[in-house]
Amino acid sequence: MAKATIEEAASGDIQRGELLALYRLMVLIRRFEESTYRKFREGKMGGYLHRYDGQEALVAGVVPQLRLPGDYILSTYRDHAHALACGTDPKAVMAELMGRVTGCAGGKGGSMHLIDPPRGFLGGDGIVGGPVPIATGVGFAIKYRGTDNVCVCYFGDGAMNQGGVHEAMNMAGLYKLPILYILENNQYAMGTSVLRSTGQMDFVLKAEAHGIRGEKIDGMDVLTVRDAVRRVLERIRQTGEPYFLEMTCYRFIGHGIGDDNTQGYKFYRTEEELETWKQRDPITRLHDYLIARDMLSEEEAETIEQEVRRIVQEAIEFAEASPEPPLDSLYEHVFVDHQE
Amino acid sequence: MAVMRYQEALRLAMTEEMERDANVFLCGEEIGQYQGTYRVTEGLQQKFGPMRVLDTPISEVGIAGLATGAAMVGLRPVAEFMTWSFALSAMDQIVNHAAKITYMSGGRIRCPVVFRGPVGRGGQLSAQHSMSLESWYAHTPGLKVVAPATPADVKGLFKTAVRDDNPVIFMEHTALYPQRGEVPEDPEFTIPFGVAAVRREGADVTVVAYSHMVGVCLKAADLLAQEGIECEVIDLRTLVPLDMETVLTSVRKTNRAVVTQEEWKNVGFAAEVAARIYEQAFDYLDAPVERVGGADVPMPYARNLERAAIPHESDVIEAVRRTMS
Ligand SMILES: Cc1ncc(C[n+]2csc(CCOP(=O)(O)OP(=O)(O)O)c2C)c(N)n1
Ligand SMILES: [Mg+2]
Repeated sequence: MAKATIEEAASGDIQRGELLALYRLMVLIRRFEESTYRKFREGKMGGYLHRYDGQEALVAGVVPQLRLPGDYILSTYRDHAHALACGTDPKAVMAELMGRVTGCAGGKGGSMHLIDPPRGFLGGDGIVGGPVPIATGVGFAIKYRGTDNVCVCYFGDGAMNQGGVHEAMNMAGLYKLPILYILENNQYAMGTSVLRSTGQMDFVLKAEAHGIRGEKIDGMDVLTVRDAVRRVLERIRQTGEPYFLEMTCYRFIGHGIGDDNTQGYKFYRTEEELETWKQRDPITRLHDYLIARDMLSEEEAETIEQEVRRIVQEAIEFAEASPEPPLDSLYEHVFVDHQE
Repeated sequence: MAVMRYQEALRLAMTEEMERDANVFLCGEEIGQYQGTYRVTEGLQQKFGPMRVLDTPISEVGIAGLATGAAMVGLRPVAEFMTWSFALSAMDQIVNHAAKITYMSGGRIRCPVVFRGPVGRGGQLSAQHSMSLESWYAHTPGLKVVAPATPADVKGLFKTAVRDDNPVIFMEHTALYPQRGEVPEDPEFTIPFGVAAVRREGADVTVVAYSHMVGVCLKAADLLAQEGIECEVIDLRTLVPLDMETVLTSVRKTNRAVVTQEEWKNVGFAAEVAARIYEQAFDYLDAPVERVGGADVPMPYARNLERAAIPHESDVIEAVRRTMS
């Protein structure tokens, strides 16, 4: 059944090169994320660490479709994948996670606040729902300047219950701002299932209540995501109106480093549920699809795997060899030093 | 007396108050089925059921409003913020509503609500997750502000908070949760608001603290004692109401004062205490009052910068030395 969806989705325009690039990006994200818990446990990282395992299709199917720079991306604290997909050097991402001066925020932001302004990535936000009102302003600026760019705003199912999110969406609907909302519906907000957090499970309906068109798609299938996003981006660029995509997905791992899977299973989800979702692993699905069509051989897959592992290893070595920020930078950047 | 962790003492206080008064209920994110983000409410939903330990969506405005409204009509809600850093959107419900309704109604409405949750710098949680902002709440007339430093205090002060007919801001500290101490088991044990505790007596310098800084100052005092400087360490326990009498009595004896806080120093609570010392004990001072506080920067992530942004024993020691020189 999974294959049928992919087949339908991939009808037409997609070339082998692009498919392999998507595959490679998802594998990079997965291997990168896996390495972070190891490094955290070695004491090289601190804070929380929110991984994207299982949700890779939500960035791999979206970010390569954007015009960067020009378009903008805002994400939650679960943001490693977004930075990598934007093309931020994995070395700068890893160095940020280790709090090094060579990190993408000079070591000041950490895991939840990755950022890459020249590539349009306006950063991860540690406050649930926080990016959504900000996206209103970014969308407004695009409209103000009269370009056909788009602001892509990611947020979680739990964030949908924040009041500010609805103020912001109402304004985007009212002013017709070019924003693509991507609801990362991974079924849980920490330990709270969507079944226990809202009286209205139809998230698309909530967007429509604000005058924003939307639809729900399978976020475990990168080609479904890609096709939907291409179509929707085209629409936003033409009409300048916001759009809402709920992407159904699942995080394969605990909420963050403090919620390892053992604990998670115990309080809010079962091993069986996790296993069922793992059957839909977006990486395995694309892998099997490519193999079945002779677009990828096992040897080529292995080459990609090795290549990606090398990139992650180099990122780790780079980060570990980088110095911490100098102590006298503590008060730097509270304000911009240079005024126009 | 029993030895227990700060976290357990708080849970015991909640349990006792819920058993004593059927109007007391808890609400907040992940407090029930998930057993509490910091396990403070562990087991309570099983014991008291889902109405009295109410799991909420991630909706801080809604949580604060639900608690305030329920308090206005006679329930005694205890609303948890997962951390105080997440209470910012709820500020309007707290400051413009809970804090003012008694006054605006000419005393016709009571609002016996407790807003509680952890604060705490450290752990590389970076800029958006490291605030307590107690001075914002203390600045607001109509809110009582509590910041317990020990397991016994967290129990006794929490019970007083629940029984108080006013809105109470109750700030725990993540670094204190695992700390152990003697806790009275008597369910009628309470600690009144507005009574500071002298944690260590000393003749040379008065050191004022609350919450986690109490422990930091006691360590600093031990180190200073080795060089012959005796600090008197005062734990304020509650910022509103503020027990200045205990502070002033001490300053009149030592003639020197260092006031500490973990939060940003600029316009922080220590400034208020220092100002009152100047106003009320100026003639007794032999040296300017010193303040110790966090660096006035959004909390940086990098370990070395974070360490530099948080006040440590060494900062207290230096400040004490400055008052002695
Ligand atoms: C305003 C606010 N409240 C609470 C939190 C603590 N918190 C961090 S992540 C999270 C769950 C968010 O779930 P969801 O929006 O579904 O995103 P996911 O983590 O599943 O990607 C919570 C409660 C926060 N960061 N901000
Ligand atoms: Mg979620």
